Amino acid sequence: MDLFEHQAKELFADYGIPVPRGIVAHTVEEVRAAAEELTGRVVVKAQVKTGGRGKAGGVKVADDAADAVEKANAILGMDIKGHTVHKVLVEEASAIAEEYYFSFLLDRANRTFLAICSAAGGMDIEEVAHSTPEKVAKVPVSALTGIDRDKAREIAVAGGLPEKALDGAAELIEKLWCCFVDEDATLVEVNPMILSADGQVKALDGKVTLDDNASFRQPEHEAYADKAAEDPLEAKAKEKDLNYVKLDGDVGIIGNGAGLVMSTLDVVAYAGESFPGKPSPANFLDIGGGASAEVMAAGLEIIMSDPSVKSIFVNVFGGITACDAVANGIVAAFKLLESRGEAVTHPLVVRLDGNNAQLGRQILADAALPRVELVDTMDDAAKRAAELAAVGA
Amino acid sequence: MAIWLTENSKIIVQGMTGAEGTKHTRRMLASGAKVVGGVNARKAGITHEGLPVFGTVKEAMEQTGADVSVVFVPPAATKAAVKEAIDAEIPLCVVITEGVPVHDSTEFWAYATAKGNKTRIIGPNCPGIASPGASNAGIIPADITTKGRIGLVSKSGTLTYQLMYELRDIGFTTAVGIGGDPVIGTTHIDALQAFQDDPDTDAIVMIGEIGGDAEERAAAYIEQHVTKPVVAYVAGFTAPEGKTMGHAGAIVSGSAGTAQAKKEALEKVGVRVGKTPSETARLMREIMQSR
Repeated sequence: MDLFEHQAKELFADYGIPVPRGIVAHTVEEVRAAAEELTGRVVVKAQVKTGGRGKAGGVKVADDAADAVEKANAILGMDIKGHTVHKVLVEEASAIAEEYYFSFLLDRANRTFLAICSAAGGMDIEEVAHSTPEKVAKVPVSALTGIDRDKAREIAVAGGLPEKALDGAAELIEKLWCCFVDEDATLVEVNPMILSADGQVKALDGKVTLDDNASFRQPEHEAYADKAAEDPLEAKAKEKDLNYVKLDGDVGIIGNGAGLVMSTLDVVAYAGESFPGKPSPANFLDIGGGASAEVMAAGLEIIMSDPSVKSIFVNVFGGITACDAVANGIVAAFKLLESRGEAVTHPLVVRLDGNNAQLGRQILADAALPRVELVDTMDDAAKRAAELAAVGA
Repeated sequence: MAIWLTENSKIIVQGMTGAEGTKHTRRMLASGAKVVGGVNARKAGITHEGLPVFGTVKEAMEQTGADVSVVFVPPAATKAAVKEAIDAEIPLCVVITEGVPVHDSTEFWAYATAKGNKTRIIGPNCPGIASPGASNAGIIPADITTKGRIGLVSKSGTLTYQLMYELRDIGFTTAVGIGGDPVIGTTHIDALQAFQDDPDTDAIVMIGEIGGDAEERAAAYIEQHVTKPVVAYVAGFTAPEGKTMGHAGAIVSGSAGTAQAKKEALEKVGVRVGKTPSETARLMREIMQSR
């Protein structure tokens, strides 16, 4: 889960990392009040979970409250890379002497953590890293030994930070490491990390990604969830413990196993290219190994409540749960939905393969469920599901 | 010969007394795998599924001669369980558990490295390893395929099963599910190397998915070190950027980690990449039948 800048900074502040004073505002009235409370020059910053806000015009300096309102008027509601700005952070303006870059992140390839530090921070860090990689220090950090003040200082030196910033940077880096570890983050980024005119090293921006797998020991992270931006179907699926992602197309997809479902999306998209309107997957839905009647019913229910869905493709490989059990699950799910007054009305293509595939197919054939078609292979089933979606279009 | 897991492998199950541990211990036994005991510190001394339960991995190894551990403990206990297996220097530790925090897997990997990598870790969040006709450590359904001369390495469980099933008449030496998490113990490259060195493996199927650059690195390795034919499949061509599709590692950020980039890297070094799982199986069938 990615945090908004203001959430990241609140988290940083909890770890004693210096950040500018700031207030979150959702309306121009709130912006005016915030600017008046902060007094003097302020910065109005769009709160969206994407980079490049400054270049998109989502960050503006304002001289006073009236100016802040004017700037906020332009920023609130702005679209930045597909993200609508619903709130801004109004912050006291900092007198910046120098701008640096710092982050801790997971280095997948080397299976370790990495500290990245550079004296050339700010908006163009990607360009700096690309054209002058020697200006960006990348220092592996062991999960076993971590970071102390001396190691933090070494990294700051490696990044080319000047002597006058080293003490402050080392302190900030050490605290940021505590935040990275204690919060189960996979990324903490400070860009820019600034040296202020009065010699203080501060986090002027903050980007944090938290590991969802750690939620069992980070119960307070739930408060960061951006409920407003969540797709309503995804929220509903989450309540039912379904692994569902909403996509843009019209073929509903149910399968077992993340890899198989991802593959199903591809196969359906390929198949859709040869039909009018180019039908494509409406969702990702992994129902896992079990494929019980309840889970199948819950999955079908979510997919049928998506108005853009025109056909449904159930793609199951019978492994641990053999195909006869999966077929019985589908039959029971149809009954369950019918008893709830939500009978399946969409055309459904089912492909069962793997253990007891013949038996499973026989069970479905005997049940003669309305609008259900059995197709033996994944490729042919994807074609048929795309065709049905195209016909329904 | 199979790789890493053979008919002589003696398996213990960490977390055998839990629901998943119990279910899959039964399945492993039914498939003919030599499961010799379980580990649970709080239930040491009892018998479960007809097998002795030991207090520690070390004790289980001493008493049974076990050389493989399969981990089914919950995510919160996984780091401690794997570190215990590393301390006991068991040669192979297969971590099935899904949902392990990445700080924990990064830490136990660092721990394994610090201890000289005497324990091969597979996973976490993986289906395990199966050598058809010989042994089975994990949750791969043993009955979907047969013994043969193809080696398979995959990030995805069900796609592993799909390919094993489609090529069941030809058969496999070993199938390794390495898992789809961002940090894993055994990589595509480790498996490619082992299959290249295994005289009984003639060709290799490699299944990847979006996220990270493991497939690109595997391609570079293949170019340098693998002379056996490799057929690959990559899932996630149409996955949107920034969305997690079930596997914690399967997320595309920016231009890196796309299926297209992986496919191109593999094709550049002579690997044939199937557009769908079925086409991938067909490509492998052609190779095996032309031998």
